[in-house]
Amino acid sequence: MNPYAGRKYVIGGIIILTGIIFIIRLFLIQVVESSYKSTAESNARRVEIQYPARGLIYDRNGEILVYNEAAYDLMINPSITGSFDTVDFCRILDIPRQEVIERIGSARKYSLYKPSIFMRQISSMTYAIMQEKLYKFPGFFVQPRTLRKYPRDIAAHALGYVGEVNDRDIEEDPFYIMGDYIGVSGIEKSYENILRGEKGRKIYLVDVHNRIKGSYQGGRADRRTEVGRNVVSTLDADLQEYGESLMGKFAGSIVAIEPETGEVLALITAPAYRPSLLVGRVRSDNFRSLSEDTLKPWFNRALMAFYTPGSTFKTVNGLIGLQERVIHYGSEFYCDLGFHMSGYSVACHMHDSPLDFRGAVKNSCNAYFNHVYRNILNDTKFDRVSEAYMNWRRHVLSFGFGNTLDTDFVNELSGFVPEDIYYDNIYGKGHWNFLTVRSLSIGQGELGITPIQMANLSATIANRGYYYTPHVIKEIEGGEIDERFYERHYTSVDSAHFEAVADGMEGVVNEAGGTAWRARVSHFTICGKTGTAENPQGEDHSIFIAFAPKYEPKIAIAVYVEHGGFGNIWASPIAGLMAEKYLYDSISRPWMEEYVLKGERLDLE
Amino acid sequence: MRRSNNILFRTDWISVGLYLLLVFLGWINIYAAIYNDDHHSIFDLSQRYGKQLIWILAALVLSIMVFLIDSKFYSFFAYFLYGIAIFLLITVLLFGKEINGARSWFQLGSFHLQPSEFAKIASCLALAKYLSSYNLKLKTLKSSIVVLTIIFLPSLLITIQPDMGSAMVFIILILVAYREGFSEMFLVVGVMLGVLFFLSLLIDQFLILVILEGLVLLIFWIRSRNTKKALLASLMIVIPAGILFLLADREVLVLNRYSIILLGLAFAIPFYLVHAYRKKLQYIYLILIFLAGSVGFTYSVDYVFNNVLKPHQQHRVNILLGIESDPLGIGYNVAQSKIAIGSGGLTGKGFLQGTQTKFDFVPEQSTDFIFCTVGEEWGFLGTSTVILLFLFLLTRLIFLAERQRSDFSRIYGYGVVAILFFHFAVNIGMTIGLLPVIGIPLPFFSYGGSSLWAFTILLFIFLRLDASRMELLR
Repeated sequence: MNPYAGRKYVIGGIIILTGIIFIIRLFLIQVVESSYKSTAESNARRVEIQYPARGLIYDRNGEILVYNEAAYDLMINPSITGSFDTVDFCRILDIPRQEVIERIGSARKYSLYKPSIFMRQISSMTYAIMQEKLYKFPGFFVQPRTLRKYPRDIAAHALGYVGEVNDRDIEEDPFYIMGDYIGVSGIEKSYENILRGEKGRKIYLVDVHNRIKGSYQGGRADRRTEVGRNVVSTLDADLQEYGESLMGKFAGSIVAIEPETGEVLALITAPAYRPSLLVGRVRSDNFRSLSEDTLKPWFNRALMAFYTPGSTFKTVNGLIGLQERVIHYGSEFYCDLGFHMSGYSVACHMHDSPLDFRGAVKNSCNAYFNHVYRNILNDTKFDRVSEAYMNWRRHVLSFGFGNTLDTDFVNELSGFVPEDIYYDNIYGKGHWNFLTVRSLSIGQGELGITPIQMANLSATIANRGYYYTPHVIKEIEGGEIDERFYERHYTSVDSAHFEAVADGMEGVVNEAGGTAWRARVSHFTICGKTGTAENPQGEDHSIFIAFAPKYEPKIAIAVYVEHGGFGNIWASPIAGLMAEKYLYDSISRPWMEEYVLKGERLDLE
Repeated sequence: MRRSNNILFRTDWISVGLYLLLVFLGWINIYAAIYNDDHHSIFDLSQRYGKQLIWILAALVLSIMVFLIDSKFYSFFAYFLYGIAIFLLITVLLFGKEINGARSWFQLGSFHLQPSEFAKIASCLALAKYLSSYNLKLKTLKSSIVVLTIIFLPSLLITIQPDMGSAMVFIILILVAYREGFSEMFLVVGVMLGVLFFLSLLIDQFLILVILEGLVLLIFWIRSRNTKKALLASLMIVIPAGILFLLADREVLVLNRYSIILLGLAFAIPFYLVHAYRKKLQYIYLILIFLAGSVGFTYSVDYVFNNVLKPHQQHRVNILLGIESDPLGIGYNVAQSKIAIGSGGLTGKGFLQGTQTKFDFVPEQSTDFIFCTVGEEWGFLGTSTVILLFLFLLTRLIFLAERQRSDFSRIYGYGVVAILFFHFAVNIGMTIGLLPVIGIPLPFFSYGGSSLWAFTILLFIFLRLDASRMELLR
């Protein structure tokens, strides 16, 4: 008997122990741990997203405002990248070697196995060279994309721009993945779901060299690409461009609406920026410089700026007075170069006195509308001023003030018309009266109105008492615009009263003594109302609302020129030029056009 | 006629069956691992699976030939075969064809032969022959040296090729010597050498030296049970080393930290020797021999690596050790291998449905990483089945070895068990991330004629010996 026979158990034990360790280990890897499965899938699957072309945007006359141009993102899959000829690579892309290393590093940091963008939007020339040499650079591939192009480079704020999705977008909508583009503002944002189309997807099985070995599940998981749908905007490209040029020297806004439909003909914010600045590789630089600009070209004044309406608001107060029967067309009030009462006075300029309603509108008599507003607030129908005030406020809101108009712009703001509580909080309940809030009678004070709301007021008067919600898209390929844009919104003032206001506004522009002779165009009738908004920042804002022609109006317009002085200095000539441009596509007063374009103030009273 | 019937009757058909099953499973997994639609026939001779079929058929012929030879032949010619193997290992270094930076192959026409595979068989035979020699006193120094020489001579020659994986296989033969009465020390030393081998390539020489010295002092402390002496012994190294360090730090002497520690040691050793001589403490000599051997070993590994090997060979060794792997960084192979196996789940993806192995995510998927295909396509059920089959075969072989009357047959049987076990353990351990990546094949599974034939001959010589176990062999 071999003395060491017992050692066979040691040896057998080592062998069996090894086997048991292996089985336990395999059980842990294969059965307990589940992450290997998904890793294996992502290893061998290459999902190719096929990006649809984004829908085009046309203007109301069928002219293209936004189209697409092919661009190419150079993608990298770090897990496949091997060593390659960096000299050649750097030469093609025209970047230093150090940058290549850094970019690969950051791609690896993002994900080792998931592709990410190595260099965005390489030119088609670079793409052509790259495509041929791609086999030399393992792990790199080219992802076609589309970039937005603007033939006329106008209407930046209305069209909006597209940008890369952020984490929140991805979280909110699983449609998006890292690196996708999404509408960030304007039409691009509000009609994102229509413009974006449906991304296609092809899943391939690939080997370690990323060579395609076949389709995944026989192509059952693939999806077809659906091209984004086109939309037709209500904008008139010519008018928009013209308006932008007129505003070239100013800050402010022009909004033009077709009264019979509510379609926005032009939406101008000044200073503006060219939309092409936000496309392609120049984007980030421009983005920064635009953000730093003190004139805030980012700020969409047309939809977001709160201005006091100034004298243009007299039309509203007049209408409310007529509706509440505290005045009638023939009511006359004296004006002694202003309104003087109980030690308060509001100045007014030199004009005939007394005036009736039409004359007061035409002359923009402050005293007259102080009387009107006093009559509204001191109306004996109501027990208290605050009740009369809230009744007035109800009327004001029915014109679309104090709330968003519910347009198809996403960033529209509501404006501000204070409630009675607002004054209660300042002066104490029951401790304020007409005198306290008298500024409201001439559109100063605590009102905040956006230019689009002002244009809507103009459209409402043009329509003699109702408006359609302003909107910027009139047709959607294979779809309908929202029903709300077909709905008439009547104000709480009877339509019958509006004719008197229109008459007054006709006088403003077309009669001697009217405040806005600079808007006058001889061969058609523009009705308008000037406004001058006092503001704490400096000189008054020059304001004008108008519609034309007087009967069956085709265009309603609001113009704001920040710190432009009286309404007739800048806003009214601009409105006149815009109306003529739209209605006749020609300008009969080139000297007036020149005056505006030059932007040098001349007081030609 | 009666005699051959006798042999057939006595053949262990269980082992033969397990062998055939493993070979068959290996073949279909090679097919699955590199399957492609252009060559879908498993008999397509232009593909590895077709070729493997030829190797398998040839292996069967070889096994029959092994059986036809008289069992006495293996015992009688054991040293002679060993001599041939050593001769081939030397000639392959001179005339071999260099593949992947290693000179381990003979090329005869289109035919490749890897002598290291046959050296395994020859070493088993020689070891069995020597250990079974009459009146052998295993405890003597001389016999220990002979045993270690039989084991490590081929290993050394293969290291030079370099084919670290195959070279390491021989270490496992110490297990055989252990079974025959070698001291446990050799097992420990064997494991230590394996660990040292990796450490010497993976970590800094200086660190290894510090660890070794610490270990030696620890052994001394445990053995002497004398804390004072152990502390004193430590100080004998630390103080001179510390002085040298300070001098080097002030740039009085130009010494690197490795030589500082080594000089500290050199200072202390005479004191140790004197102490050992006076107190007649034999074990101190042993400890010092161990220390000197270890230091020499790590140093020579490093020396060979840095000075003898060419850069591309170093590269290959580094890849082998996972220090340097393919472009994706250290551990890519193991990571991919684990992903492939792990993705198989409980029941696997099904035959030919694997993506990780087929699409080359796993490297060497038909040779060293063939187990990944088993894992991916057959799942945990498949992998545990294969492991159980190997365990069954190995324990069966131990059982067979133990029933031998002849020492030679038993020892050879253990040699077969040891070599198969080593390949099994290291190969699978590597694919599931328990052991570093060492490129050795999984017996009977991995693609390749040389290794399949070598394993077949290795196994069938033993089965032949077992079949004639009634005869007494010397």
